[in-house]
Amino acid sequence: MNWPVILSISKTHLLSRVKQSVIAALGVTFGIGTFIILVSFMTGLNQLLDNLILDRTPHVHIYNEIKPSEQQPVELMEGFAGDINIFHSVKPKQNQERIHNALPILDYLRHDPRVRGVTPQVKAQVFYVAGSIKLNGIINGVDIMEEVRLFNIGDYIVKGEPQNLARNDNGILLGAGIAKKMSLDVGDKLQITTATGDLFQLKVVGLYQSGLAEIDNVQSYTNLKTAQRILGEGNNYITDINVKLHNIEEAVPMSEEIREQYNLTAVDINTANAQFETGTTIRNIITYAVSITLLIVAGFGIYNILNMMIYEKMNDIAILKATGFSGRDVKMIFISQAMLIGVVGGVVGLIFGYFISVLIDHTPFETEALPTIKTFPVNFNPAYYLIGIVFAVVSTFLAGYLPARRAEHIDPVEIIRGQ
Amino acid sequence: MANVLEAVNINKYFTDPVSFHVLKDISFTIKKGEFVSIMGKSGCGKSTLLYILSTMDTDYTGDLYLSGEKLTGKSSTELSAVRNSEIGFIFQFHYLLPEFTILQNVMLPALKLARKSTSQIKQDAMQKLELLGIGDQANKLASRISGGQKQRVAIARALINEPTIIMADEPTGNLDSKNSENVFNILRKLSHEQHLSLLVVTHDHDFAEKTDRIITMEDGRII
Repeated sequence: MNWPVILSISKTHLLSRVKQSVIAALGVTFGIGTFIILVSFMTGLNQLLDNLILDRTPHVHIYNEIKPSEQQPVELMEGFAGDINIFHSVKPKQNQERIHNALPILDYLRHDPRVRGVTPQVKAQVFYVAGSIKLNGIINGVDIMEEVRLFNIGDYIVKGEPQNLARNDNGILLGAGIAKKMSLDVGDKLQITTATGDLFQLKVVGLYQSGLAEIDNVQSYTNLKTAQRILGEGNNYITDINVKLHNIEEAVPMSEEIREQYNLTAVDINTANAQFETGTTIRNIITYAVSITLLIVAGFGIYNILNMMIYEKMNDIAILKATGFSGRDVKMIFISQAMLIGVVGGVVGLIFGYFISVLIDHTPFETEALPTIKTFPVNFNPAYYLIGIVFAVVSTFLAGYLPARRAEHIDPVEIIRGQ
Repeated sequence: MANVLEAVNINKYFTDPVSFHVLKDISFTIKKGEFVSIMGKSGCGKSTLLYILSTMDTDYTGDLYLSGEKLTGKSSTELSAVRNSEIGFIFQFHYLLPEFTILQNVMLPALKLARKSTSQIKQDAMQKLELLGIGDQANKLASRISGGQKQRVAIARALINEPTIIMADEPTGNLDSKNSENVFNILRKLSHEQHLSLLVVTHDHDFAEKTDRIITMEDGRII
């Protein structure tokens, strides 16, 4: 095989038909470019939606669920156990809302090597008081700086700083919905009452907007201590523990362990967001299906053009064979033409796709629901560029191979005789 | 003198559209430096014979030797290499690659052979073109020159790898008498000065008369 000669012949063939070659290459460019744009945009969107959930959702959420006992006392009693017992009007088991022994559990979890961080929370049912009107609400007592570090709550504080809450024992991060209803802003004072009737005055240090109206109309954040004081409880009163792990895969075994060990309810992230995974998978499938279709169409374009070119070049093939080029040489001439079209078209496609992606990345996209997003999300993962160029080369090779193999088997005598 | 080309009992059949015995027991030899022409009426099988001798057609029975080496039964890749280095071929319709320059057309078989460096091949090609009086056209595209010039380019291409034998299929078939004369003189000179063996299929009586030996064919036989 004499590559310099073969490549110079295919170069001359391509350059002597610039228009045709450019059209063939444009087919690939368009296919690969669209693939890059689609994949970057779609996966960017997927990632955004995933993060929206994953960032905020604890990997394991531990709390004490109010529920009926699984075994009613009579079933444990000798003489009735094993019989068919029928119960009416079963009530939930009398149980405290707080997590029993929360502080030692927190300490234990913090020392677990799998755990990245643990945040305790106190949930308190309150009313926001506006004159004679009382609005339903929930106050979450949190360790705000830990929440910022682990669950990116900072991204959703639309006004004010999380530090302001950490510094102020009477501060509250008010839900944006309530703030709007009550015409409150940062620096204003707010009164709340508890279910038992105690009245507290808090200072609004920031506004919180999750993007979900249901939450923003109800939920606010205070310091852990503030919430405990509102409820009149001590510092060991903790209703929820949120755990963030180093490796999300360990959420399921860990939640099981906690259930077994502490007899608490522990929900892992996979269970909490099962429907979400499905959506992501389906979006990915659609992206790949569309992209591959585009590339196959581009492949057929190349196949057609090469096929036509070989018809036109019958004489050339006969001459090359008569002057000592083997069938393999002739095949390589045409395959290398296809590959050149593929590589050039593919690289231009990657560049084209990249620039359009950058353009999309800078297009303003502002929505009430996603306060942290200012432009369309785009994922610039180099892996997609690698997939794109590999597919360009492979598909053009296949598109060129069949016509090239035909050229390999053309009998020069038939062509020369036919003249 | 040594035999350059030897054909022994060559037979060929066409099966399509009907079975037809084209070549019947063809045997002959060509010696070094000999200028041989094959004559015969249209359809007597002389072109078919030439394609077999040039190794492009392998569908025959009998034996073919080039410089004492048996060619019959070699693979198509081996035969390509033989055509490349040992046989120069000139077609009736001066087949050139239209998108390449004249110089490139002449250089290609030598580049394929890759026995010399590119600059050396270029020098050789220029020398052959000068020899044939078309050195000044070297950088023109092959589609931009006249028929007589094209035929001379084809001869230069056939010479580039210094083959043992040159085969030509009606090299003057579509040239006017002046150009025919020209081409004949070039071939004559090559055979005299460089002791090249030449085998030319032709219709042209005047042309054939001037060669060393005429092989006449009729109905697939040599007579």
